[in-house]
Amino acid sequence: MNATVTAILVLAVGTYAFRLVGPALHGRVELPDRLRELLAAGAVVLLVALLATGALTEAGGFAGWARPAGVLAGALLAWRRAPFAVVVLGAAGVAAALRAAGVA
Amino acid sequence: MRSLQRTTQASGAPSPSRLVRDSSLVWLASGVVGLSFGAISVAGGLPVWVPVVMSLVVYAGSAQFSTVGVLLAGGGPFAAAATGLLLNTRTAAFSLAVADLLGPGRTARLLGAHLVTDETVAFALAQPDPARRRAAFWISGLGLFAVWNAGVAVGALAGTALGDTAVYGLDAAFPAVLVALVLPSLRADARLRRPVALGALLALAATPFAPAGIPVLLALAGLAPYGRARAAR
Repeated sequence: MNATVTAILVLAVGTYAFRLVGPALHGRVELPDRLRELLAAGAVVLLVALLATGALTEAGGFAGWARPAGVLAGALLAWRRAPFAVVVLGAAGVAAALRAAGVA
Repeated sequence: MRSLQRTTQASGAPSPSRLVRDSSLVWLASGVVGLSFGAISVAGGLPVWVPVVMSLVVYAGSAQFSTVGVLLAGGGPFAAAATGLLLNTRTAAFSLAVADLLGPGRTARLLGAHLVTDETVAFALAQPDPARRRAAFWISGLGLFAVWNAGVAVGALAGTALGDTAVYGLDAAFPAVLVALVLPSLRADARLRRPVALGALLALAATPFAPAGIPVLLALAGLAPYGRARAAR
């Protein structure tokens, strides 16, 4: 059980340290506007990379067709400015329906 | 998020109920994923307190799944923690992007830092002005924390009663949530599109080879043309 406690503690402390980077620097260091803009752009780049890898891959391989199809449905709904709820339920619904129909 | 902007612009005031309504679906989906995290951990042989405590103090879904995966595979505590930490390096970049929403007090900053997750950052940054970004961060962050931890606890106690959560298609809901949240930024700022596309391609290309967590960080290299375009102006 000590191994588990160690893993949890190391992960918790390390993760919190990452999360403190922003608040710790904020107000102490005056970030130039250009860097500020780059950070905001960086957040969007990270989020899109997350959603792309999350939509298409699972454990380093292809995630199967149902998930990307569901995400694509959600993306189209978002593109058409559908309400948030419709996007979320649409994506999950298409993936679930495809799986129910036997598509992995 | 588009409809949210329209409504609040019309009324001229932040609309917490709208933020709660839009957040609540993400909460619901996260709660079910939390259920499956609790259930998988206990089914794999870990005691009930492990997923529960881990969710409270780590509070990062993907890192928790991978850490428990390594632990259950007998990978040892440091390999397990390293896998999760690698996945969480991105939270440093996210915390910088939302740092101005966490103030002003010291306590609020220390508390807010713990609430930095992909979904909450995306939800906050999708709002049109600082007041609403701040409200969105705290509403989404606190709600997600509560629901995620409640889900994990119930899942750990209920065990595998829920069955395979892939049936509900939730794995498709999370990327779609992020699409909905980043689309307004991509529509508003054309200069973002190339770095974003380049970053996503880099991450996808690296996924089969690089350890989990690294591909998404590599995406930041996509920012290079963005910086150049700025400098050229």
